[in-house]
Amino acid sequence: MRLREVAELVGARFLAGEELADREVSAAFAADLLSDVLAMVREEGVLLITGTVTAQVVRVAEVMNLAGVLFVRGKIPAKSTVEYAAASGIPLLTTPRLMYETCGLLYTHGLPGAKRKPLPFEHDQPGPPPP
Amino acid sequence: MTSPAPLRHKEIFPVVGLDLEHAGQVSTEVQRVLRRLGVEAEVVRRAGIVCFEGEMNIVLYTPGGRIILLVYDDRVELIFSDQGPGIPDIELARQPGYSTAPDWARELGFGSGMGLPNMEANSDRLEIRSRLGEGTVIRATFFRRRDEAAGSGGAAGA
Amino acid sequence: MKLREVAERLGLEFLVAADPEAEVRGGYVSDLLSDVLAHAEAGDLWITHQRHLNVVAVAKLRGVAGVVLARGLRPGPETLQRAQQEGVNLLTSPADAFDTAGRLHRLLAP
Repeated sequence: MRLREVAELVGARFLAGEELADREVSAAFAADLLSDVLAMVREEGVLLITGTVTAQVVRVAEVMNLAGVLFVRGKIPAKSTVEYAAASGIPLLTTPRLMYETCGLLYTHGLPGAKRKPLPFEHDQPGPPPP
Repeated sequence: MTSPAPLRHKEIFPVVGLDLEHAGQVSTEVQRVLRRLGVEAEVVRRAGIVCFEGEMNIVLYTPGGRIILLVYDDRVELIFSDQGPGIPDIELARQPGYSTAPDWARELGFGSGMGLPNMEANSDRLEIRSRLGEGTVIRATFFRRRDEAAGSGGAAGA
Repeated sequence: MKLREVAERLGLEFLVAADPEAEVRGGYVSDLLSDVLAHAEAGDLWITHQRHLNVVAVAKLRGVAGVVLARGLRPGPETLQRAQQEGVNLLTSPADAFDTAGRLHRLLAP
């Protein structure tokens, strides 16, 4: 799914990187805690759906080579953060919808969730594997 | 026996405590330097993740410190040092989910207790030395597997 | 839809089954406690990666139908104990928050 389609489905507008609207999104991941994004996302090209608007979100997007960041509930980061993202080629979008609805709409239209990455503690956890 | 790999690049990045405006920029800068030096993409990615976590630890919990990047032919090292309060129980801090983050940090999306676990999971070796009231030094080592990624390391991004 | 049925349909596992007959009216996804306090609605099923002990207190205050820890996360014994004391339904989902929310949304959509 392209960023342009993501924007249309959830009624989002581009804050930065609109020229990259045809970029393909491989999967989605929804989280507010940035260390969870670093811990749980394995592949590149993932769309991060988040309510966190700190400057660090864009740094994480850069470090992880994410396809873009979609802010929910109408949230918009500081101007300096948007400018940095624009200069670094990181698309930022914002939708008035809640994270729940945003996930629901994108999931229903076929966007897959990000692949599982073993968490740092999973290799030494004796419990049963997930079904 | 092989002779020790020569140091190819050294760079020191100061980190200012509680500077949330700029926190995270060392990690992206380190990735740029590593890509420019032709370091393998897989090492660049892991080093970026580890650097981000180490940098945020310095910013959130200490008055400041620095990050030293060392690039050798066979490995990359990141050394994080700070003049912070120190870590009282390192074993506890290594556990996923353990966090001493204040509420304000949690509400900004930090403090999920995955900082040290993420550093450990993404480095090949992580050494932590800490003295209460004096500070903490963490060294993360990444071994370069150049036979697997030869020539493609510098291609991604710019 | 009853929480028990939602759990069956989505493959959620009850960690604390305080009231499996609770009615699930919607969903809420967030890892920020203040966000949930301010915006979640009573009867929402709260899907989160947040493992902090205060999740239970926030869930209780908002009157959510239950808390689903995504991605197979399991809370510490303190959190389980607190959920039992407070009568808060606590579940875990093998899928991450995006997938869990997506499937719940599809399940509840008319």
